[in-house]
Amino acid sequence: MTVLHAGTAEGAVLLLDEPLSFWGGFDPRTGIIIDVHHPQRGQCLKDKILMMLESRGSGSAPGNLAEAIRLGTAPAAIILVQPDINLAIGTRVAQTLYGKTCVIITVSAPTFSELSKHTYLHISHDGTVGPALDDV
Amino acid sequence: MSGSGKAHHFAMQLVEQAADIMGATELIPISFAHIDACFYTGQSHIDFVKFLLENDATLSVPTWTNNSVASLDDVSFRPEHIDPAMVRGGHALMRLYAELGCKPTWTCAPYQLPGGPGFGDHIAVGESNAVAYYNSALGARTNKYGSYLDVACAITGLAPLAGLHTDEGRRADIHFSCDDLPDQWKREDIFFHILGHIVGRKAGRRVPVITGIASATADHLKALCTAGAASGGVELLHVVGVTPEAPTLGGISEARERIEVTPEGLIQAHRKLSTGGDGPVDCVALGTPHFSLSEFARLIELLDGRAVKTPLLISTSRGVREMLAAKGWLEQLQAAGIQIPVDICTYYSPKIQALKGRVMTNAAKWAYYAPGMLGVQVVFGSLKECVETAVRGGLWRDPALWLTR
Repeated sequence: MTVLHAGTAEGAVLLLDEPLSFWGGFDPRTGIIIDVHHPQRGQCLKDKILMMLESRGSGSAPGNLAEAIRLGTAPAAIILVQPDINLAIGTRVAQTLYGKTCVIITVSAPTFSELSKHTYLHISHDGTVGPALDDV
Repeated sequence: MSGSGKAHHFAMQLVEQAADIMGATELIPISFAHIDACFYTGQSHIDFVKFLLENDATLSVPTWTNNSVASLDDVSFRPEHIDPAMVRGGHALMRLYAELGCKPTWTCAPYQLPGGPGFGDHIAVGESNAVAYYNSALGARTNKYGSYLDVACAITGLAPLAGLHTDEGRRADIHFSCDDLPDQWKREDIFFHILGHIVGRKAGRRVPVITGIASATADHLKALCTAGAASGGVELLHVVGVTPEAPTLGGISEARERIEVTPEGLIQAHRKLSTGGDGPVDCVALGTPHFSLSEFARLIELLDGRAVKTPLLISTSRGVREMLAAKGWLEQLQAAGIQIPVDICTYYSPKIQALKGRVMTNAAKWAYYAPGMLGVQVVFGSLKECVETAVRGGLWRDPALWLTR
């Protein structure tokens, strides 16, 4: 487990079946997935614990994630298997500019698989993840 | 170096965070940057550069700018009323990056302008086609740096020593052979667009090496790199005997996978890019990436003094447009009815009004993105086919071209 952007977060899990591009595939004004090819098109990321193995790379992704954090439409946290520079940078910039955050951590593939079975997750500042109290 | 201010400290944090994630233990000095953060996507872009300016940021290296969402030069191409927030934001962002000290090139093809980096230079570049071209055609060294990190590298003058900055990162791991393709297939510009599209689809983010290409112009390499970056995620490719780091296959490649490029594969890729099928053409769009001076020279040859009947838009940079004007070509092209927007590209919204219906292009990247971004249908063709179509006012296919057989 690695913490790319630390913080505490708790929320409902949204597990993506395919990687998402934060630029072109996501509208920061609404928090909704807009990629017509994405199986979860129409889902809202706001306040979710977003789980995806990796993100789809786009050089404009950091700007859109920072914009979503500014507008309050971003996920509460993102759990990845593949570390992602764009998402880490976008979050760091939003933290500095707006004092708001989106927690980002990476976990191993088996841990990811285990965590994805829960409906609600809680992430601690040190990156520890577990089922939230609501997850019953 | 730009001192110890808050902005510099922040920029260094971003570069060090990227280095951590990439597993780089060292930072390497860079000599040039081309930034993508000047492409407006929302208020956070404005707030970022304002934060830097308010905290006395200065740039450590020559820093050039990518396309904007709106031209500062001719606002009629993308009138403000279509999307006021986008156009105003785009203009404001351009002024702020100029204030930060960037050279206002506003181009996705900075390598067509004099004074840029060369072989072996470590640089930081954001735009995908420019990353691929600088690495491949010139042998400069950059990873693909996303928004904010690109600017952070320019401020600190540093980049993480990892990936394509290292010798090991630049070795090829997938081989595309054009050895058995007849030479007649390799002559037209369209071949390099389609080959790039195929290479990108199969290579993804790996480093491809291509054999069987005897020669390629700068424009051909631009087409190849751009299409590969758009359809896959190619940031560096080698062409044996052509690009500077690949005098021989053995010297650059550790590829275990070998893919044969066949006539059938080229024809199939051409069909896939031509989503609109053949039919009446409403507009012709060229210049993705920005048209070069040599491409304009070829275009003038093909026009042969004729005017266009179908709207023809050619995106280019201010720098190349100045060269056109100095040669007296700009007036000549405008008199032929050709529109030449600068500072922007044409495939994303808010859309340029002429771009609707079925649009013809010679650029694989345009063909790849425009259907999704603009909702248009695409007819893909060679430069010659595009020019003849615009001049005749109806789709023209080149009977001599291999693709129609």
